[in-house]
Amino acid sequence: MKKFTALVIVLTMALGLVLSGCGSSDKLVLNVYNWGEYISDGSDDSLDTIKAFEEWYEQEYGTPITVNYTTYASNEDMYNKLSSGAVSYDVIIPSDYMIARMAEEGMLQPLNFDNIPNYQYIDDSFKGLYYDAEDKYTVPYTYGVVGIIYDANVVDEADVGGWDLMWNEKYADSILQYNNSRDAFGTAMYKLGIDVNTTDMDQWQRACDELIAQRPLVKSYVMDEIYNMMESGEAAVSSYYAGDYFTMQEAQADHVDLKFYYPEPTNFFIDAMCIPTCAQNKELAEIFINFMLSEEAAIANAEYINYASPNKIVYENEAYIEDMGPEAMEILYPELGNFSELYNKYAYRSLDVQMLDHLNTLWETIKIN
Amino acid sequence: MKKVISNILTALVYIFLFAPIVILLIFSFNESKSLSVFSNFSFRWYRELLKDRHTLEAVRNTLLLAASATVISTIMGTAAAWGIDRLRSRWYRGFMNTVTDIPMTNPDIITGISLMLMFVFVGRIFGARNSLNFWTMLIAHVTFCLPYVILQVLPKLQQIDKALPEAAMDLGCTQVGAFFKVELPEMMPGIVTGAIMAFTISMDDFVISYFTSGTGFETLPIRIYSMTKKTVTPKMYALATIIFFVTLSLLLINNFIDDKSTRKGGKKAKKAKKAKKD
Repeated sequence: MKKFTALVIVLTMALGLVLSGCGSSDKLVLNVYNWGEYISDGSDDSLDTIKAFEEWYEQEYGTPITVNYTTYASNEDMYNKLSSGAVSYDVIIPSDYMIARMAEEGMLQPLNFDNIPNYQYIDDSFKGLYYDAEDKYTVPYTYGVVGIIYDANVVDEADVGGWDLMWNEKYADSILQYNNSRDAFGTAMYKLGIDVNTTDMDQWQRACDELIAQRPLVKSYVMDEIYNMMESGEAAVSSYYAGDYFTMQEAQADHVDLKFYYPEPTNFFIDAMCIPTCAQNKELAEIFINFMLSEEAAIANAEYINYASPNKIVYENEAYIEDMGPEAMEILYPELGNFSELYNKYAYRSLDVQMLDHLNTLWETIKIN
Repeated sequence: MKKVISNILTALVYIFLFAPIVILLIFSFNESKSLSVFSNFSFRWYRELLKDRHTLEAVRNTLLLAASATVISTIMGTAAAWGIDRLRSRWYRGFMNTVTDIPMTNPDIITGISLMLMFVFVGRIFGARNSLNFWTMLIAHVTFCLPYVILQVLPKLQQIDKALPEAAMDLGCTQVGAFFKVELPEMMPGIVTGAIMAFTISMDDFVISYFTSGTGFETLPIRIYSMTKKTVTPKMYALATIIFFVTLSLLLINNFIDDKSTRKGGKKAKKAKKAKKD
């Protein structure tokens, strides 16, 4: 009797596993994996993009659809989840260097652009970039440029310009540096005019010496804490993404006056929508990507995220330009000349394991010093 | 002098315990997004929270998962404790105790990764492309809640006089009847504490959930963690404040009921309270 009961329990559990594994196949499901806070979600009377897509799809195709929308905090988190083989996502939005790595490892599927007619609105300067030279796998979602944020009440206008501000002794103990080896080395390498993707160890050593020289001036090495420290006036100089500057400015204290400029050269990033090989419904994923490029959704997302959009119908839209204001437009969409050339030259690429090891050793010497 | 020092120390302890919560509470009513300037009192972030479909769904998911994990692990844990208590061989009993403690002493990250690997492995056998979902998370949560329930129930069981259920059966009770009428009421305080522990542990687990969560089921800790690329919005302060007050009122109600039954002078209630203190 007891054995029988145990057997029944085991069987029901096994059955539960099986059923849940392939149970939801009769209803259309799209699994989307995106960064946290990286889509317009209906707050502040904005558009709830996911809901809008579900409604639009049902109206257009007559079948109800559920979008399972989950979020991650870093490219590496997303990569680990996908490469474990435990989940299958239909749409993911990684950053450039991660796309290059995933494409190389065969984790991405080529897109069928017949299903993504709105791709025509993507500006040509975002095509043919190093991570996807043949434009097979990706549709760019957002991009950004790294600049320097400073408190105009503390920093003299005369000192502003270039990366030198982050090494200016006048502002000792008010400078923030990244607590992340790649970004921290980036600031020193752009300052010295070194290629950030170089394999020359001597050049990395030079950048390392520059960071050691900066160390006594640095208030602290931070990542997210940067928001609070800049907003409250605790620190006065830091480098970060243009889009996040607006978030800080919006929340700055009364005695703080945050301003922003681009040093040259500087870093770029692009986050793009891709379909991984484990996707279960490729065509549906392409329809979703196309929807994300359509006017209403793309504008709502760009306004919510506050990053620059590579989509012409966004940055040429009058209502969007008016909503953002002239200052934001100027900062988010700087006149950079040839974007793709600059991007291919200055953006981070993934380093090989040996370089990463070396970089981490150097980084430790800086932190210990 | 001694008293002054001890008072200061007590005050310090309470400040460190509650200052973070108070700050969170204050800034959840801030009009602006800032954590450094309090500009104006407003319910803006509470309104925003109510409109945030995905966060509310994450809250619902978290509660659903915690409640189901609690029910299952409490029933299983009580049964397991009852079984372990009845083992004759001392060696075997010690062995079972150690085995059930392993998930509790094991670092979360190892439990998480190994569970994930197992789910993927089993999923592959059945040919499922999505081997992680609500059910895998539920199994994972039951797994790590179970030892806590056993740990709470077992000592209660050991306190019961073994002659009691026997006496009940002598007086005409069936074995099942003796369990429900005599043993279960005696075990109740342990079961309730175990269930409460299971619920709280399940609710704030991040590491194991992180490894075992699938495509369609996101819990609150995972959602908040993924916000750290940009900043965590003040909506989350509002949510945390609400959760804090709900827990607080539950605690108060619980204490109030406890108080009342103690004042009645019921022997059982007194005993229960004493057991809780232990």
